Amino acid sequence: MSPKDESPKANRRQFLGGVIAAGAATASAITPRISNAADAPAAGEHNHAEHERAPAALPPNGQTIAAETMAPPPLPRLGGRAGSDFMVDVIKTLGIKYLPANCASSFRAIHESLINYGGNTMPEYVSCMHEESAAGMAHGYFKATGKPLITLCHGTVGLMHATMGVYNAFCDHVPMIIMGGNDADAATRPPGVPTIHSAQDINAIVREFTKWDDTPTSLQHFAQSFVRGYKIAMTPPYGPVAISLDAGLQQEPIKPHHAGEALYIPKYVPTSPPQGDSGAVKEAARILVDANNPVIVADRAARTPAAIGLLVELAELLQARVVDLGNRMNFPNTHYLTSPPGVTNAADAILGLEMTDFWATINAYTDNGQHGIGENNRKARPDVRLISIGAATVPTRANYQQFQRFQYVDVDMAADAEATLPALIEAVKSALNSARKDAIVKRGEAARKAYAEYMARTRQEAALAWDASPISTARLCMETYAQIKHMDWSLVASEGNVSNWPQRLWAMEKHHHSLGRSGGYGVGYGAPASVGGALGNRDLGRFSVSIQSDGDLMFAPGVLWTAAKHKIPLLSVMHNNRAYHQEVMHVQRLANFRDRPSNNGGDSGPIGTSIMNPDIEYHELAKSMGWWAKGPIKDPAQLAPALKEAIEVVKSGHPALLNVWTQPR
Amino acid sequence: MTKLTQIILRSALGSMLLAGGAALLCNPAFAQSAEKGREAFARNGCWQCHGYQGQGGAAGLKLAPDPKPLVYFEAFIRNSNGPMPPYSEKILPKQDLADIHAYLSSIAKTPDYKTIPLLNQ
Ligand code: HEC
Repeated sequence: MSPKDESPKANRRQFLGGVIAAGAATASAITPRISNAADAPAAGEHNHAEHERAPAALPPNGQTIAAETMAPPPLPRLGGRAGSDFMVDVIKTLGIKYLPANCASSFRAIHESLINYGGNTMPEYVSCMHEESAAGMAHGYFKATGKPLITLCHGTVGLMHATMGVYNAFCDHVPMIIMGGNDADAATRPPGVPTIHSAQDINAIVREFTKWDDTPTSLQHFAQSFVRGYKIAMTPPYGPVAISLDAGLQQEPIKPHHAGEALYIPKYVPTSPPQGDSGAVKEAARILVDANNPVIVADRAARTPAAIGLLVELAELLQARVVDLGNRMNFPNTHYLTSPPGVTNAADAILGLEMTDFWATINAYTDNGQHGIGENNRKARPDVRLISIGAATVPTRANYQQFQRFQYVDVDMAADAEATLPALIEAVKSALNSARKDAIVKRGEAARKAYAEYMARTRQEAALAWDASPISTARLCMETYAQIKHMDWSLVASEGNVSNWPQRLWAMEKHHHSLGRSGGYGVGYGAPASVGGALGNRDLGRFSVSIQSDGDLMFAPGVLWTAAKHKIPLLSVMHNNRAYHQEVMHVQRLANFRDRPSNNGGDSGPIGTSIMNPDIEYHELAKSMGWWAKGPIKDPAQLAPALKEAIEVVKSGHPALLNVWTQPR
Repeated sequence: MTKLTQIILRSALGSMLLAGGAALLCNPAFAQSAEKGREAFARNGCWQCHGYQGQGGAAGLKLAPDPKPLVYFEAFIRNSNGPMPPYSEKILPKQDLADIHAYLSSIAKTPDYKTIPLLNQ
């Protein structure tokens, strides 16, 4: 809160104590100059017309409505209009549609303003049962829509809960605005729990994995920080930002800014993403054109759907095979240049786009217990030329190691891949000469043949254990696909490892066909991200499906209730292998290395890794929270009819879950 | 399979054959039981990476149908130095290994994917 003015502080404390105080702030001090568009464009979109839209285009805010209906002035107890009302005015200028959060006293003031002054719209409050669920929902929502959400957290304990979700967003380059309530004034804050839940610097806990954070000490400071935070989050590489909300600042009446000027809301103008330097782009084009076997590896390359077309154009120009690592839907898997990761081993040039781990494309780590740690081997050719384009390739944080091992590359552009692709395409076109054209055509023919063989091999692999019970992951995925493929579907999450069948055998051509993985591999991403993705897809008229694993769901299953409460249609097909299966294999591996039999304690995997005895009745769990659900399904013949029923429910606007017992991977 | 694994396997296979290691195949003490093998496949954790029917997937190779010959099978399991952790005789007795091989050999052939409509979508 502002240290400069004592009187509002006194008002707040008296208010807290139930004493009526004489208000002093005047309405003239509170007229915000709103200049941002209601529907803010994403970074890189040049939408000046939107920004010049008059404030009248905005829905009427609480203040306008009050003036028009001659509502009585605020209660004298408060002493003027609440600071949190102005915060809502600021938030409304950025066109943020939802605010998933778990309620808490440290942000009660802005909570009240959002729903009563702001009319619970833009943003609409989405009730969550865990802060990690709220962050996960914002994560999934962004990947479905390209629009960031805000979440509110109880400053200390709530933010502690949210951290795993924030880390995922940071690793996955997903923007979100996390606002944490805090009561900073030790002399006046309520004693007891609110004081235990206060901190000097609440943002400290997420500072190492957010792009930026701030602790505004005045309302004008808040306005600047909110718009700045939004801008930072939405500048590639995208990422989360945190803003601490002082309880006093929220609750106190609005007063003139210290210099006497009226409060204003800064205009948001998207920052254009960093683009590769023209010399480096030319050099990259030369390497790619000269190569006999260039390969493109795309990690988070398709920041927006537009990148897919660009990548297809570049790949076709070069007839270069493309490996899509699956963190975004980068390249249509129906295209003959789609290739499995192993093709990089024979490449003489590799173009990596928004790579998190270029090292792992060039080298292999084998977890074979050699010297207790494992073994590193190079798998790429020794003479391979490497080009990297990625906005996040130069780390800005040191503590968490998501930047992976250091990989030397020949041409390195700290630039947004999607923004650089048009220039690279042009440079490749000018570097191409007729002498190379024949070789390039031949390469394309070989790629077509390899693709046909790869697909036949993949389909034959999927046929293995087709009738098995528990149900094979291939069968699970292909039964599901058969029921959804005629709709505008979106795989909102696929956690728990189903041997990548959707990426291998579902026809993925649109950006929203797969929203990718968690980023931080923080467990418990799938459930909330699928609900958040489904919320975004609901408004866009898409059908959402999730492959939901068992362990992932149990970290914070309360998000099931959120989906039912807010009528979020989602088909959740469980990959229930009744274990934290990755850990099953890890402990077994260590037992073997140490030459002792694994103690399974009566379960099927090592003690501490199974989720059985008793088995969790996920369908009952989901039903108890308002879902339509069925299970456990163990016979593959029962899958199709159950899927049909579930899809009808989802089409009617509700979530549905099938608890399916599956093979481990 | 890593290069190192292949080298070790080659030498392991060679010495096994020379030392009459193939005895596992014909020694009546190692009569193989597919039923017991199914149980041993589960108890020893093979299912974890290879699937309950040895179908393979993201974590392990396909083992069945048509498993590799027992002599290869044993050499690989005992000496793997790649992504598969090795099983010594102490944790996987010879009898279990032979039974597992019998179980995998008993798994029916996979139909051609072209006969499965869902794999031709
Ligand atoms: C922790 C995972 C894991 C477990 C447990 C495991 N395997 Fe493997 N297995 C693998 C992997 C990975 C490979 C591929 C190894 C390579 O490429 O070098 C493999 C390969 C094999 C091969 C060689 C197949 C071939 O075609 O070359 C055999 C045989 C085999 N496993 C049998 C078994 C048996 C029997 C068990 C149980 C006693 C078992 N495995 C347990 C992961 C595992």
